[in-house]
Amino acid sequence: MLGPSGLRRRSELMGALRAFFLARDYLEVDTPVRLPCLLPEAHIVAFSSDGWWLQPSPELCMKRLLARGCERLFQICHCFRKEECGRLHQSEFCMLEWYCSGTDYLGLMAECEELLTSLGRALSHFPSLQVSGHLQWQDKKIDLSLPWERLSVHDAFRRYTGMEVEEALARDLFEELLVSRIEPRLGQQGPVFLYDYPLALGSLARRSTARPKVAERFELYIAGVELANGFSELTDVKEQRHRFASEIASLHSQGREAAMPERFLNDLEHMPASAGIALGVDRLFMLLSGVTDIRQAIPFPEETL
Amino acid sequence: MYTASDLRKGLKIQIDGEPYIVTEFDFSKPGKGQALYRTKMRNMITGVQFTQTYRSNDKFERPNLEERTMQFLYSQDDEFHFMDTTSYEQIFLTREQLGEHLNFLIDNMEVQVLFFGDRPIDISLPTFVNLEVTVADPWARGDTSGTDTKPVTVQTGFQLQVPPFVEQGDKIQIDTRTGTYITRVKE
Repeated sequence: MLGPSGLRRRSELMGALRAFFLARDYLEVDTPVRLPCLLPEAHIVAFSSDGWWLQPSPELCMKRLLARGCERLFQICHCFRKEECGRLHQSEFCMLEWYCSGTDYLGLMAECEELLTSLGRALSHFPSLQVSGHLQWQDKKIDLSLPWERLSVHDAFRRYTGMEVEEALARDLFEELLVSRIEPRLGQQGPVFLYDYPLALGSLARRSTARPKVAERFELYIAGVELANGFSELTDVKEQRHRFASEIASLHSQGREAAMPERFLNDLEHMPASAGIALGVDRLFMLLSGVTDIRQAIPFPEETL
Repeated sequence: MYTASDLRKGLKIQIDGEPYIVTEFDFSKPGKGQALYRTKMRNMITGVQFTQTYRSNDKFERPNLEERTMQFLYSQDDEFHFMDTTSYEQIFLTREQLGEHLNFLIDNMEVQVLFFGDRPIDISLPTFVNLEVTVADPWARGDTSGTDTKPVTVQTGFQLQVPPFVEQGDKIQIDTRTGTYITRVKE
């Protein structure tokens, strides 16, 4: 729960985020939070709203705007995911999402580096950022100087679990090993990009041409906290339809509703090569305010409503 | 039946006919992946602990516990005595059994005592309790240190963070599930 000075710092963070993107000629957009049809994702449960749905992410509408000719756009909005509650989760949370055409996931990694560097300067009066080029969080001093480490999922499994990622997937241990063995080690000295996810976990990411077994997707970790998820966008409509069909089958097998997002697929035909990323604003503010629980970084934790 | 999404610290479930309580809980969900519910549990009869990771589709039986409304009377050494408000029967639980509940338990408070067969094994507190602040630093108006909270101690000895305007002698409402401040109450 935040009081006046915490809320002021949170507001300064929002201002600094907007200033960064506006200065780079990104268009700020505000898309509907209630939608009649969602992108099918087996592991996300959406809240229903009078026959429609509350958005679990602004991805669908923002990509339709890319297809409409917007080249660089960002949004700071609230998203809703049912049954997610914990130290790093609230079922309503604040997301920063941005898309840029003509770039790929490597370009986005560089932009993440520039964003955090810019925040470090703009918010240098925050107690956590008083040592230039560093983030002080709990007893950790995280070096923000560039470039940040890039670690492939393949190498991370070898280094921290002793199991090959293919075997972890085959034995349904991917998430468990990631959460228990890998994530706690990531971003403890400086931020880390975990990149090149197995194709099965590619979501809406493009398949790598050089390494056809992986999708061009990455996650940014700081102090063991997963802060952002980005990828080179998949623009192959046939491939996307195929992936959606398998998500829909998985949702139906759980007895949940799902439909093919036809208007999205229709617009995807016109979407340029681009990359997009979602960053958890509440988690970022949690790291910037030195606290360990997301509830301490937001105005109203659920149990106080 | 409970599902994995019901898991939280303090939840009681039944495994192989015995009651267990969740003592530590961590929800995690790697991006685009499935949710994991990492739990540490204690057998409420034997005290044996174990850790286990569950997934969304796991289900749990509710333990077969009888709940009786009882009033907290007094403590002596490490025994905490309660009385059934209808039958006047008295029982006690130990300090170890009550654990963190003691942060919020005050004389005459009505609680639910949980019985496994005829053995009292735990209590459940009201979700919100009103406790008096016994130690608090005065509020320096216009404080520019940038902190939004300050630590106070309540009558049970429990310490928590509250907004700076809370003063010694105030009664505050606390969420017993999380130990967090909710509001100041007038009585």
